[in-house]
Amino acid sequence: MLAEHAKIVQMISLADEVNGRKKLQKMVYILKKMEFSFVEKYELHMYGPYSEELTLRVEELCEMGFLDETCTDKGSYVQYTYQVTEDGLKFSETGDAPVASLAPCISKLNDQSSRFLELVSTLLYFDHLERTEQIEKVRIVKNKLNFSDEEIDAAFAFIAEMSACAAA
Amino acid sequence: MSYEHEKLAEEKVFKDPVHRYIHVRDRVIWDVIGTREFQRLRRIRQLGTTYLVFHGAEHSRFQHSLGVYEIVRRIIDSGFGGRPEWNEDERLVALCAALLHDLGHGPFSHAFEKVFDLDHEKFTQAILLGDTEVNAVLSRVSPEFPQRVADVVGKTYKDKLVISLISSQIDADRMDYLQRDAYYTGVQYGHFDMERILRVMRPAEEQVVIKSSGMHAVEDYIMSRYQMYWQVYFHPVSRSAEVILIKILHRAKALYKDGYSFKQDPLPFRSFFNKTITLEDYISLDEGVLFTYFQLWMKEQDPILSDLCRRFINRKLFQYAEFDPAKEYRKIGQLDSLFKEAGIDPEYYLVTDSSSDLPYDFYRPGEENERVPIYLQLPNGELSELSRSSDIVDAISGKRRTDHKIYFPEDLLEAGQEDNPLYKEILQLVRG
Repeated sequence: MLAEHAKIVQMISLADEVNGRKKLQKMVYILKKMEFSFVEKYELHMYGPYSEELTLRVEELCEMGFLDETCTDKGSYVQYTYQVTEDGLKFSETGDAPVASLAPCISKLNDQSSRFLELVSTLLYFDHLERTEQIEKVRIVKNKLNFSDEEIDAAFAFIAEMSACAAA
Repeated sequence: MSYEHEKLAEEKVFKDPVHRYIHVRDRVIWDVIGTREFQRLRRIRQLGTTYLVFHGAEHSRFQHSLGVYEIVRRIIDSGFGGRPEWNEDERLVALCAALLHDLGHGPFSHAFEKVFDLDHEKFTQAILLGDTEVNAVLSRVSPEFPQRVADVVGKTYKDKLVISLISSQIDADRMDYLQRDAYYTGVQYGHFDMERILRVMRPAEEQVVIKSSGMHAVEDYIMSRYQMYWQVYFHPVSRSAEVILIKILHRAKALYKDGYSFKQDPLPFRSFFNKTITLEDYISLDEGVLFTYFQLWMKEQDPILSDLCRRFINRKLFQYAEFDPAKEYRKIGQLDSLFKEAGIDPEYYLVTDSSSDLPYDFYRPGEENERVPIYLQLPNGELSELSRSSDIVDAISGKRRTDHKIYFPEDLLEAGQEDNPLYKEILQLVRG
């Protein structure tokens, strides 16, 4: 009944904790693009691919007491941190066991900044295009973020690394 | 005269109950409307299953698309024309994008997309760029013109002002659907002073802004949207029909995958079941095809598929009960077990569904879920985010409202409860 909810709890549990709503959104999107079985529907928003469905699911999981959301005032912005509660851990066991490659992929993603994951996920959103067109689209959509050539190269390298990790 | 600037010898008008008339002078627009892909939108309802609650809601995406076009036309021709922030070279691309923004919607699109993991926006772009009649018309403007229209729809167009005309928190798309859906459902919500809003819209560098004197008209628009979501779009009975629709498609797909022998070959669905969908497969499908198959599937041997189709066609929908996930999540597991024990497959007959809406939001650094805010243009020319000036909008900004429900076949359980005590137990548990 709540299998998709359980997958999100498992994912956050494997990450230990996720700092930032944006980061959580991008992590799930990238995992989905790596063929892990997340079903949340994404659309292109101001900060790249965004899923209203995931926002609602996370909110429900917090209401159910399976996720703990803490809000930290960082001065110029606020940051939300997600951790799995004890009840959440028990609940996550009701779902199918995650595939072995999921944990290392999550770990790689969680080590990155949300800005970098925003770049990676936006490139992946346009992955049906040629590389130069992908970059062109990112530069139009993210014109205010001024991603450098080095960052874009690093993002492509990270996508290749993630693909290999997911396939392992 | 070039095709891009060619005008019809006489203006054509479509009589419209919301905007009175839709005016067409551009040859390109007239030709696009005549294409088979655009005409297909006549066979896709704007509000999916809502007609099962509000019987007037039979209007189509064809009507809505013309309405969005008309609003953008009025904004450009009456409000933006001659202003330095507006580039007149963008007029035709903006009109075409407005007219074609919903071109890729499938039948009962949200349910259909969910089951087959599709994205209507990507199909809109595929139709614009593929071997289609629409593409042939747009390509006559210039070889790169279809791509420009596709970029506006995909929100990757270089001129963000053009995107904001059809995709922002106050855009032509919303202004049309709120009024049109209110008109056809017959509800009294959803009405606002669009003429006033159009008069106070101004082009700015990257988006449409509102002259500050128009703030109250915008407040009314946001409240209308809020009420329409909870009174019409999230109506639990309409959601019940959508739940059944989703389950029908899931069941048909599961049977097909299991090698079930259908009495009638589900030919139009094969590529959807196999994930080998071509553009032609997609364009060929409309709500008429779905209804035909639902009628046929009512006579199938499979009891679940035939029952779900009978429920949808004859409006024997699932009942709903309120559900508080914070307090009652264990109930779902208990119900799941009871359904299995009682021989009713919970995969198809027990559904939790959540609706959630954020009426208006503005940028908060560090948070996801940002939307482009509505800006008021102050008399000194400066821009001010709407909720800073409006107490009403401030009160609902960033406030998400969520509603959770459980759907179940109450009729089946009630009819069988005398013979099966588990049915009675299920009813007692689900009703709390």
